[in-house]
Amino acid sequence: MERIPILKMGQFLLVTIQVDLYDRLALDLEADLINAVEKNAAKGVLIDISAVSIVDSFMGRILGNIANMSRLLDAQTVVVGIQPAVAITLVELGLPLTGVRTALNVERGMELLNSLITFDDTTEEWDDDTDNDH
Amino acid sequence: MEIVQVLKKRKQNVLKLWLDKQAHDAALNGNPFDEGEINDYVEKLVDTFVDSIENSNIDDIKSADFDAVIELLREVSFKRARQGFSPRETGLFIFSLKESILEVLSDDLKKSKEAIPFIITLSRLMDSLATVTFETFIEGREDVINRQTDEISEISTPVIKVWDGILALPIIGTLDSSRTQTVLENLLQEIVETGSSVAILDISGVPTVDSLVAQHLLKAVSATRLMGAECIISGIRPEIAQTIVYLGIDLSQIVTKSTLASALQHAFRILNLAVRNNDTTKTIKK
Amino acid sequence: MTTLQKSGTMIPITITKETVLVVKEQDVVPLRNTVKQCAVKIKMGLVNQTKLITAASELVRNMLRYAKGGAVLVETVSVGRNQGVKLTFQDDGPGIADINQAMQDGFSTGNSLGLGLPGTKRLVNEFDIKSTVGSGTTVTIIKWVNG
Repeated sequence: MERIPILKMGQFLLVTIQVDLYDRLALDLEADLINAVEKNAAKGVLIDISAVSIVDSFMGRILGNIANMSRLLDAQTVVVGIQPAVAITLVELGLPLTGVRTALNVERGMELLNSLITFDDTTEEWDDDTDNDH
Repeated sequence: MEIVQVLKKRKQNVLKLWLDKQAHDAALNGNPFDEGEINDYVEKLVDTFVDSIENSNIDDIKSADFDAVIELLREVSFKRARQGFSPRETGLFIFSLKESILEVLSDDLKKSKEAIPFIITLSRLMDSLATVTFETFIEGREDVINRQTDEISEISTPVIKVWDGILALPIIGTLDSSRTQTVLENLLQEIVETGSSVAILDISGVPTVDSLVAQHLLKAVSATRLMGAECIISGIRPEIAQTIVYLGIDLSQIVTKSTLASALQHAFRILNLAVRNNDTTKTIKK
Repeated sequence: MTTLQKSGTMIPITITKETVLVVKEQDVVPLRNTVKQCAVKIKMGLVNQTKLITAASELVRNMLRYAKGGAVLVETVSVGRNQGVKLTFQDDGPGIADINQAMQDGFSTGNSLGLGLPGTKRLVNEFDIKSTVGSGTTVTIIKWVNG
């Protein structure tokens, strides 16, 4: 059975989707990823779909699900690398993925995740952080 | 039919008569007659046409023997379409060939018993050639139109990099769905290439905003967001603001500004940039 | 080359055709490839290609979910000088009782977002659905190169 690999990078989980998804594969990814978030106590999930040329309503829904489920487990999700044609198609389809955070590429996605998590930490307890630009 | 053989012998007469007729028509229409180029084609056409016509194929335009003639005709009518000749001139061009042939053969035809069937089959053949001429002529015109359409859609959607990370896209003219797609495609591609994180859509040049245009704008904003960038709409004139509210269009989810300048200020704020006046005695309030 | 005129719409002429059977989820991948090849052959732009393939993906999912698969006819067609890709999805599943209802945004009997049919319609230029309860559904879509 085909499976999409999930990489652990510090507090984050990184998934790069390199193959064209079909429904079963996407559902497996959803389950694997959520289990991995829980097991690793991950703070963030970064999904790179820059190699994906088709995102239909089902895969769009899976991405939304992953974001919502991770949020319940206290992890932020960022989807990066959406191709222009895919973005236009998703919007036309009526699926603007409103619950999902997005970034241009992996680098920007990492920055976004870092800022989201620092923001969380500083608001909670760690006041010794020098960064207070908000 | 012997007449076909007669026609082959009279090729030079046909050619001469046809050339005369065209010079005459051109003079009537007040156009200078470009002898060089047209003569070349006329000669080649008469040559290939008369050479390929035979007893066996005169009633069959689909015969491969006529491919060369059709090819030539298409070439000349396509050229004429692009040079702006009128359909009338293009039509006369091929019709006068038929006339020339019949005139040259008139004496022989009077003597021949086959005259009527020959005239009918020849007419049918020549009419098919005329149809080809018109089809190609129109293709040529469409080609001109298509090229112009492409040019217009290209020049009307420039994406401007106004700052590192900020793109501006002035939209001029009506925003229909195919236009929106072109504009969006350009914008999103540019976002990828420049790694920009803010896009400003300026609609000062859009004459009216109805619910359909508003929907296109909302789509543009959503698609930009999917790319990980923010989208600001600027250039909203008072009357457009009025229309938007009266139509009950909800644009509350997107950032709108009245001028490109204020949109740019907003973009600077998003990127944590500040514009400073070097003259320290004055301060610019941002 | 003649084009027939019938009640105001031009009838497209088929240039090439190919049938792809879809009976399991993985079959969607070869179908996407076939559709893509057709679209590339007639020089369809990337965005329109993506819209077309996404629409095909949606319709195949419906076919698998409600009718356990079916056949997809992939054609390249032309009307005048405009070329396009025409897809016909044919199944012999239970059929749709109320097509108007199925075409409304937000309606779904299956476990999905309900974007299926109306969303798909927005992605293509022509969309036609015929269904008979008990004998099956046929959906036909066309995406033009310039459209």
